[in-house]
Parts: sequence; structure tokens; C-alpha cells
Amino acid sequence: MDHLLILPLILPLLGGLLMLLPPLSKSRVRQRNFALGLASAMILISILLVVEARPGEIIVYHLGNWAPPFGIALVGDRLSTLLVLLTSVLAFCSLLYTFGPSEEEGSFFQPLMQFQLLGINGAFLTGDIFNLFVFFEVLLIASYGLLMFGGGKRRTRAGLHYVILNLAGSAVFLFALGILYGTLGTLNIADMARQVQLVDPADLPLVKAGGLMLLIVFGLKAAILPLQFWLPAAYSAAAPAVAALFAIMTKVGIYAILRVFTVVFGDSAGDLSGLAGPWLWWLSLLTLTIGGIGVLAAKDMRRLVAHLIIISVGTLLAGIGLEREAATSAALYYLIHTTLVSAGLFLLADLIGRQRGKAGDRLIAARPMHQGKWLSILYLIGALAVIGMPPLSGFVGKALLMKSALAVSEMQWFWPVLLISSLVALIKLSRAGSNLFWHITGEKPVVTPVDRAQLTAVILLLSTPVLMSLFGGPLTELTDATAQQLHDVPGQIGGVLRTSLAEGSN
Amino acid sequence: MEALYAFCVGLLTACGIFLTLRGRTFPVVVGLTLLSYAVNLFLFASGRLTEDGAAVLGTSEHYADPLPQALVLTAIVIGFAMTAFVVILAMRARGDLGNDHVDGRLPVNTMGGDRT
Repeated sequence: MDHLLILPLILPLLGGLLMLLPPLSKSRVRQRNFALGLASAMILISILLVVEARPGEIIVYHLGNWAPPFGIALVGDRLSTLLVLLTSVLAFCSLLYTFGPSEEEGSFFQPLMQFQLLGINGAFLTGDIFNLFVFFEVLLIASYGLLMFGGGKRRTRAGLHYVILNLAGSAVFLFALGILYGTLGTLNIADMARQVQLVDPADLPLVKAGGLMLLIVFGLKAAILPLQFWLPAAYSAAAPAVAALFAIMTKVGIYAILRVFTVVFGDSAGDLSGLAGPWLWWLSLLTLTIGGIGVLAAKDMRRLVAHLIIISVGTLLAGIGLEREAATSAALYYLIHTTLVSAGLFLLADLIGRQRGKAGDRLIAARPMHQGKWLSILYLIGALAVIGMPPLSGFVGKALLMKSALAVSEMQWFWPVLLISSLVALIKLSRAGSNLFWHITGEKPVVTPVDRAQLTAVILLLSTPVLMSLFGGPLTELTDATAQQLHDVPGQIGGVLRTSLAEGSN
Repeated sequence: MEALYAFCVGLLTACGIFLTLRGRTFPVVVGLTLLSYAVNLFLFASGRLTEDGAAVLGTSEHYADPLPQALVLTAIVIGFAMTAFVVILAMRARGDLGNDHVDGRLPVNTMGGDRT
């Protein structure tokens, strides 16, 4: 299976194109079934990839058979394959949700979802930073379309802000790439990690500027503090299945930060090591604070979940800002948990909104829900997981993160901020829950019961916190191994450039 | 040549940033376009400016770095598509929201008088 690594890119690309052609484009049912088949195949492929990358060997795929650093390579190490698997699981559940009655009508929805997956998988798997830019653009242009699917004033306005911000972000990205190429002379991430050790001292400030400009771009994607204002509007305006899939989009930015600032500007980068750490650390603490304030102010459930995503971004980036193996491992565990749970909560918010008649998912007194009992149990699980209450995975993730910040100077900032933001989430989610489920006026509205496929999607997503704490042992072993491989910079360089290094020594 | 080139890139960037910060969608779109021009020129210069340099081996005494040229080509194509998209989006927003302000509503002018 030499070509396994390219399949996560080829499948959505060809699948999306096929869906635009007659036998499939004629009927939305056929498109949906085909998309679900693709998503199942993707899960299988990504499980195979994770198994293959597990022993620690870095899988390198030379596109066009040009060896890196001259050709573009796809790199599948433990981190990228793990995130591709996460994307596939999330995509499967989002697609399953479109089987019910939803707003995502129109024959371009499913192809756009596939192109979005192409961009996300590509961003995770590429080993070249310019290629990362290209895949960012692929996933962005698909997300522009998806965000505005269904139309409406709110979506147009949120979409306009999102598009303009990201276009400005792309410009900054290219400036940063130009600076880094001009000083380091390469764009392959592993080769950059090698060149950064040999950089001319006169060029140091330039490399530093380039690196920090990259941090701005990735921070915009990840929604870190001064750049997070677009997120609540965009995510709460998007169609539910789209919002669920977007839960992975902030993680693409976080992945890029993790990859670039651990491998290129990591421990072995000499004067440039730890370039992003202090910035990430303080900004993420502020992000946690502003996320908490946003959670308290939210007036409907989707916006509430969007602000919870900002809290999770702050939590994750604080872990990454610590720049050590244990913290990275804890952040990875928390990343898997928060992606799936917040996607589940977005979908659940839509189910709840459908059952409450005109009130939708606003946190006001409304008519009782048709299937309030089942939805409230799901809400309880989701809320407990996202707050970080034992015994679910949110607790495990937060506890691991706190355990990795034991030095007093770190603990005195991180612990109170994280714990208070959890408390704030606890207060707001219990208020929201009692508003949604107990604050009742009038008769039960006549609505269709919850669609089976949609309910299955939500149950699948919200069962992950239970599974993740049941299988916490094997999972933390996996994230430990992943973090260990990521922080082993010489291993990364050698793994990716092994052919060219071998030729060079001959 | 380097100084002139750098000045042009800087001027384009400055104009681009200024226009991007305006309140109406049309100047913002023009600003983004200028910004992408500036970026393209900048990327091109990241391989150093060479005169009479060939990009293909075996055709000249001097060689120019061919990679930035490939990067610029990619960036131009992507930038072009994005500009087309944002133009359509701005027109759609004008239709949906009833005005061309980026916030979807004209700011309330507390000082009195027309400030357009």
C-alpha cells in the first residue's frame, strides 16, 4: 500500500467531482448516499494510516516522485494521521446529519463538503509550507460556500466578515512565506528545521518576523484572542452540519501552530527556539477569559457553543504554549475531545431548536419539547463533557493539562484562569439547560419527531466523551507517543529527508 | 533597483491596508486586490532580483531562482479566484442587506450631518 497516504486527498477530490456529474448530480439522495460511502471509506483508510504510523516510522509520499526538499512531499507521522482520523469521524457524523430534514438543500452542498475535507486532510498531511498555504485556500474557499449555504441576512453578513478577514490573512501568510524563503531558502518544513539552525545571525530578525507573521495567520484560523471576533457570528450563522464540520477548522490552525513552532522553531532552533511560546501562553490565557465572558453573554445555544469553542482554543493553546512533551500530549487528548463534543453540541442545538417552535434555540421560556427527555439526557452528557466534570473526557483532558503546568509561575496563572472559565461554563450551561428544558409555557407544539439519522449522528458524537474516558489509557499512550515523535526534531528531519540525506552523503 | 522595488511594494501594501480598513465593501475589495499585488511582487523578490537571469538551466550564464516564480504564479491564480469571489459576495451583501457597509448597516452618526 505505497499510495495509501495520498488517498485522503484523492478520494474527496474525485468524489466531489463525480457528484457534480449526471448520475449523481441528478438526485440529492444519491449524492448523500455516495458521500456517506466515501466517508466510511475515509474512516477505514485513516485507521489504516494510524496503524501504519503507530510504530514511529514517518510515512513520506513523494508527489511526482521528486524527493524533498526539492519536490513536495506528503508526510504522515503519528500527529497528522491521528488528525486525519479525527476529521473522517467528524465528517461521517456531519454527513449523517444531512440525511434528516435540514436546510442543506441544493446540489452543490455535498461536493462542497468533499472539497472542504480535501483541504482539511491536505493541510494535515502536507510537509511543505507553501503547499499548506494552498490547502488552506482550498479549505477556505469551500468553507466560504458552505458558510453561506441556505442564504439569509445573518449568513451573508457573517460570511462577508469571514471572507475579508481570511483574504487579509492569506496576504500575511504569503508575506511570511516570502520572508522565510528569502532567508532560509527552502519551504519544506523538515528542511526549514535544518536550515534554521544554520541561519546567518544578520538574518535572525527577519526570520523572527517571518515566524511571528505565520503565528498571526495561524492564530486567525485558530481564533486566538485579538483575532477571534469572527468566530461566534460565523459559527452560529452556519447550517448545523456545516457548523459541526467547522469544529475541526480552528484545529487546523492549532495543528499548524503545533507543527511549525515545534518542528521549525522548536528546541533545536538555537536563538530562535521557543519563538511563539510566550506569545501563545499569555494570549491563550486572555482568550480563555474572553471566551468565558462570551459564554456568560450568549443569548442562544449555538452562540453559547461557539464561545465554548473559543474557551477550548484558549485551553489548547495554553498547553501548546508550554512547549513541552507532556503538555502537547495533554493538549492532543483535549483536542480530540473538544472537536467531537462541540460538533455534537452544535447538532444538538439544532435538534432542540426544531422542537421548540418559534423560540428556536434562544434561551427564553418556550413551549415544551416533543422529545424533551431524550434531548435533555444528551444535553446533560454534552454539557458535563464540555465543562470538564468527572468522569467524562473533558475532566481527563483538563486534569492532564493542569498536571503538565506544575511550575509555580505557570500554575499561578493557568490553574485559576482555566478553573474559573470551567466554573463560568458550568453556571451558564446549567442556566441554559434549565431555560431550555424546564422554563415552559403553553402546550406542546405539533412538530415532527426527531429524525433517526440526525439523532444517531448526535449520539455518536456525544458518546465519544464516555468512550474517551473508558479507553483513556490506550488513548493517552497514543497521544504521548505522538507528542514524543513531534518533539523529536532530528527524528522529524531525518524521517522526511531520509532519501536526499542518504544521496547527499554518497 | 532594489530600493525602487521595495518602495513600490511598500506603497502598494500601505494603500492596500488603508483601503481594507475602510467601511464600505468596494474600497475593501480594492484594498484586498492591492494587497495581493503587493504580496505577489514581494514573493517574486524573495528569490533576489537578478537581471538577465534565465530560469531554465543551460540557457544562460546567470540564473534566477525559479521557485519564487512558481510560487507567484500559484499565488496569482488563487488571489484571482478569491477576488472574483469577494466581488460577487460584496454584490450579494449589497442586495441582501440593503447597503454596502461591511457591517450590513450604516453607522449611526451621533454628531449630526451626513458622513458618507
